[in-house]
Amino acid sequence: MKYLGIDPQKVKIGVFDFTGCEGCELQLANKEESLLEFLSLLEVVNFREISSDSSQDYDIALVEGSISRKDEIERLTDIRARAKVLVAMGACACFGGVNYLKNQYPLKDVVKEVYGMHSVETSKVKRIADVVKVDLNIPGCPVSKSEVESIIVSIVVGAEVKIPKYPVCVECKQNVNTCVVDLGKICLGPITRAGCGAVCPTGKAGCLGCRGPAEDANYGSLREILREKGHCESEIEQKLCFYNAFNGSTEK
Amino acid sequence: MIYKVITKNEFKKFINGLIGENQTFGPKQVDRRADGKAVYQFMEVSSFDEMDLNYTVTYSSVKNFFLPFKEELSHFKFSDNDWEQAVEYRVNPRVIVGARPCDINALAILDKILMRGAFPSPYYIARRKNTFLIGMDHEPPEDCFCKSLGHDTVHRGFNLFCEDIGEQYYLTINSSKAFVFLKNVKAGKPTKKDDVKLIERRKLLRESFQARVEVAGLSSVLDIEFKSPVWKKWGDKCLNCGSCAMVCPTCYCYGIEETIDVGMKSSRKERVQYSCNLVDFAQVAGGHNFRPLKEDRLKYRFYHHYRGFAENADDPICVGCNRCGRACLAGINPREVISDLQMEG
Ligand code: SF4
Ligand code: SF4
Ligand code: SF4
Ligand code: SF4
Ligand code: SF4
Repeated sequence: MKYLGIDPQKVKIGVFDFTGCEGCELQLANKEESLLEFLSLLEVVNFREISSDSSQDYDIALVEGSISRKDEIERLTDIRARAKVLVAMGACACFGGVNYLKNQYPLKDVVKEVYGMHSVETSKVKRIADVVKVDLNIPGCPVSKSEVESIIVSIVVGAEVKIPKYPVCVECKQNVNTCVVDLGKICLGPITRAGCGAVCPTGKAGCLGCRGPAEDANYGSLREILREKGHCESEIEQKLCFYNAFNGSTEK
Repeated sequence: MIYKVITKNEFKKFINGLIGENQTFGPKQVDRRADGKAVYQFMEVSSFDEMDLNYTVTYSSVKNFFLPFKEELSHFKFSDNDWEQAVEYRVNPRVIVGARPCDINALAILDKILMRGAFPSPYYIARRKNTFLIGMDHEPPEDCFCKSLGHDTVHRGFNLFCEDIGEQYYLTINSSKAFVFLKNVKAGKPTKKDDVKLIERRKLLRESFQARVEVAGLSSVLDIEFKSPVWKKWGDKCLNCGSCAMVCPTCYCYGIEETIDVGMKSSRKERVQYSCNLVDFAQVAGGHNFRPLKEDRLKYRFYHHYRGFAENADDPICVGCNRCGRACLAGINPREVISDLQMEG
């Protein structure tokens, strides 16, 4: 396909899954109306969900999931060594995700609770960036296909990759929603990076921060606002921990 | 201007007639807050009774019917050796019923900038010209301070304005379109009695204001207090969430986004509503941010609203609707911030 008379270079990508639900990978194969166009920008050399090819020659590695086993560390290190650009895709890869809840409990209790008699080898959950260098984060649970599309287009034409720096409230207000905080709920929209179109508050559910922190987010102020509205500390903490997206950044 | 009176029943028939012929928007209750207060927004309506004209004030302003949150400025189509640009201003005629004085005065301020300013916007002009705007007076909610800024009454910027004098509305007709529309409607000349009722109504509304902001000398107070600790006090609370600017009837800042469609056969240039409170508003190529601190960003929004910019002849652009104050989760509102500054001075 030509763009302004020039044949753009197709991007060779590999998609790899670690500990996660494969929901982000599934997103890549979603949005059928533009799927063919999307795929025509890529040369998919390694993606279990749509192709049986498994070449080790790729420019961009899209990595889904967090790291929770020793063999995953080896596999990830190997991918990093081959990829020119490594992209952490989705909340699990970027922040640990829901899997990170596991780290709140002793490992042996977790294994017993989940696997019963058939114990498995597992370790504490790590973000991709805890193990290897990450070049780009695409946050979200799951990632938004439109955002992935626009990032790939930017890479193909050599434009700057743009992900909003401001919080979800902007998109929420643009949807002319009633603020769910005014409805008595907890919402992390004011500290969470926009880009999802504020889907949760548009559906009258508080944002849980799956896209991670907005830039220069004001955690202290949001905590105080929520406390003043009568939400208790543990309730607020629970929401902040949901995706582990605010770990280490939320001063009291 | 021409004045008439119309019974509320006849008015309802008139509006239903307009609704039948045009896409129409009016105030509707959309939610109830945890504290019991009703939340209203301008929504599309298909009959008069769907509206609640006794509403207090809408949460978001009518601004975004004229400056949409996202608007395509031009569309490009690519072929192998060429490209084509398409620009579309057309909007279908539509009606907005029940705008408050502050809403209309805010549009009059935007008109100054976007219709008669140095860089008129054909997109704005098209939307403005094709919207039949019906305004309505009301008893001010307790936190409105439009009176302090002289925006509690309105003289321009609307097609038709209705003042409630009991059984009837006292109509101010401000466009030939409105005059023609009213031709087949039973609306009479106001009598002496109607005039007296109107004067009483206006007096009552004027006396109902509870909230006040001291604006005398505010522009020089702002100049003097540029480095005041008041900015840090409020800035520390600010979430830089942009909610204030999104709901404000006069905030008009925007960004331009260019998007190449995934098929690489077309692209779009869009105007997106932005806010000076957002973290990267003053970030320039190379990454430098001219307003790195929360307090800087908050301060500049106040400067634009109360000190004015050259673009709008150094006039304040706030109309005193307090939408920003109501939307702000952090409790930042013009009344308290300005009173803090005045005390500093
Ligand atoms: S509902 Fe959440 S995202 Fe929306 S404005 Fe309120 S706090 Fe912000
Ligand atoms: S509203 Fe919050 S939790 Fe929901 S998708 Fe957006 S960022 Fe994620
Ligand atoms: S003043 Fe309030 S509404 Fe405006 S950006 Fe700050 S926190 Fe958000
Ligand atoms: S500022 Fe308040 S009282 Fe004044 S016109 Fe607007 S809504 Fe009404
Ligand atoms: S700054 Fe606030 S009070 Fe003034 S016009 Fe905007 S929303 Fe209304």
